[in-house]
Amino acid sequence: MMARKVLALNGDEAAAYAVKQCKPDVIAAYPITPQTIIVERLSDFVADGELDAEFISAESEHSALSACIGASAMGARTYTATASQGLALMYEMLFVASSFRLPIVMSVANRALNSPLNIWNDMSDTMGARDCGWIQIYNENAQEVYDFTIQSFRIAEDHRVLLPVMVCHDGFVVSHSTEGVETLSDSEVDSFLPPRTPVYPLDVENPVTIGCVGVPEYYPEIKYQQEVATKKSIQTIKEIINEFNESFGRNYDIIEKYQMDGAEVALLTIGSASGTAKDAVDEMRAEGKPVGLLKLRLFRPLPVEDLRKALSGLKAVGVIDRHISFGSMGGALNMEVRAALYEMRERPHVMGFPAGLGGRDIRVEHFIKITEELLRIAERDVLEEDYRVVGCRGPGCIGP
Amino acid sequence: MRGMVEVRFHGRGGQGVVTASRLLAEAALLEGKKVQSFPAFGAEREGAPIRAFTRLSDTLIRVRSQIYTPDVVVVLDPTVIRAENVTEGLKDNGWLIVNTAREPGELKKELGTKAKVATVNATSIALELLGAPRVNTPILGTLVKSTQLVTLDSVISVVNSTFKGKVAEANVKAVERAYREAKIEEV
Amino acid sequence: MKTWEEVPFAGYILEPGNAESYRTGDWRSRQKPVINQEKCTFCLLCWIYCPDGAITRRESKVEIDYYHCKGCGICAYECPSGAIRMKSEAEEA
Repeated sequence: MMARKVLALNGDEAAAYAVKQCKPDVIAAYPITPQTIIVERLSDFVADGELDAEFISAESEHSALSACIGASAMGARTYTATASQGLALMYEMLFVASSFRLPIVMSVANRALNSPLNIWNDMSDTMGARDCGWIQIYNENAQEVYDFTIQSFRIAEDHRVLLPVMVCHDGFVVSHSTEGVETLSDSEVDSFLPPRTPVYPLDVENPVTIGCVGVPEYYPEIKYQQEVATKKSIQTIKEIINEFNESFGRNYDIIEKYQMDGAEVALLTIGSASGTAKDAVDEMRAEGKPVGLLKLRLFRPLPVEDLRKALSGLKAVGVIDRHISFGSMGGALNMEVRAALYEMRERPHVMGFPAGLGGRDIRVEHFIKITEELLRIAERDVLEEDYRVVGCRGPGCIGP
Repeated sequence: MRGMVEVRFHGRGGQGVVTASRLLAEAALLEGKKVQSFPAFGAEREGAPIRAFTRLSDTLIRVRSQIYTPDVVVVLDPTVIRAENVTEGLKDNGWLIVNTAREPGELKKELGTKAKVATVNATSIALELLGAPRVNTPILGTLVKSTQLVTLDSVISVVNSTFKGKVAEANVKAVERAYREAKIEEV
Repeated sequence: MKTWEEVPFAGYILEPGNAESYRTGDWRSRQKPVINQEKCTFCLLCWIYCPDGAITRRESKVEIDYYHCKGCGICAYECPSGAIRMKSEAEEA
């Protein structure tokens, strides 16, 4: 058995390396910054004979996902990657993939959407695709990208789940950031991830029809079946994460707690901002401030019960979104957390802090300001604003 | 240097700024350190001033913001000094490493920094040994000689695993020569 | 009708060719094709052109499958021998 190696990999390379070890049968993709490194590396692996997969260079992301849908329906282990406009172009097919219950795994290197033209990081792309029926996992660093790319195939292909998975990492901040990544040996990955056993593959010997008309008399039944499967997948995802933890000595969860003992206010983060925020929490704790942090890994399905449990007893929560849902209450995560807590008798004040838009650097200092604001809210027991944008010059924002 | 060390690289697109940052991280990784290396990509292309960042630490690195108060600043192109305030935020007890034919003392006075200064004519080394002004590998020789962030051996070993054959050989020579020819401010 | 627990997985149709049991011939409201076997030359153009596969090919003749024929009239229009005539349902009834 090959020993585990610590490799210098950036987030994209970590995704590509994990995918190689997961042995997909078909990869169909179209390059787009900041995801391009992933498909470049994978095409190298295929060209060099290190990975025996069909690599389809599609002419657009719409075609790439369409090819994945066909391949996955045939029973192939199928992978793609995209970002930003690329994900937007896939939009129509995202629904088809999830409604067909095809276990496609897709890496997304989160990137802002035009306009103005912007290649840098925020989560406008995947947050905009939150209602497409895909599982969404958000990662903080290259190690998590590696570990959760492998787990995503297990989750997607589990017969209790059978849903496509977006495994997301922040563009540039993670995608182009090189770190030491402890990789598993090929045999360890093999033992964790057996070959896919498709349920109803397209097969001329045993024909099935998929994608037929769903008249109003049947559409709701089929959609509710999908909704139940998506909600239920939370339990399976937890089980798979636990198995991964136990097998490989990791310590992951769908919501991760940091310095929550005795915390009165907390940051709720998603993605790479979590790391910077933890440093801020340490600084606040050093000053004796009762500040903690919760990192949400799983946004779809949203672990509503776990969120309620994790946030109960707090006085104020600051939700760090990395996008804006225009004309509402900041970001989607803020709105959904507020909705989840609404019926709780004892609930914390919840304020949204959309931050780091279009690649604006999020600094420890930003989180210090946010936690100071949360402590004020907790002290006065009043929330005056639904949200405030962080990292923006001008009135009404926390800048620069 | 305590706990985490933060290094900021300045140069121009095409000079290998990002590679220099990554090679330093990989060398530290060989020594069992936790590392982080990332570029600040702008809309720039070849010739535009660009920056890259490296963090080295004995413990897990969580912060992912850019580096504003570096312990070490590495300048791959002396003309960048005219375009950017390279010493911005540089700690007084830190290091400024510059690719230039000039003396460290002269540069220190001109930039008004309290940090220690080391210089090397990496451009002439690169032109002679690599046949092109790719100063990213030689400057690392001077960086490790002055700061001792990682050993020369670790840098050489990473250069050898990054490049192949004659290119690797020439780059190793360039690193070694920049190590020897480093002009380090007398402290 | 089936509940969400009873409908097939993701709305897949698991029984191949089950469209055959769907009586689309009931949609025929005005006219139906009738073959004059005397005139028929067994050229099979009707069999090729029928959009619903409702012309059945036998050993040496063709028959209309009224269970699936929607009465579109394409077979009669295409028949080069004038062997197929559209008759009103009322006339037949």
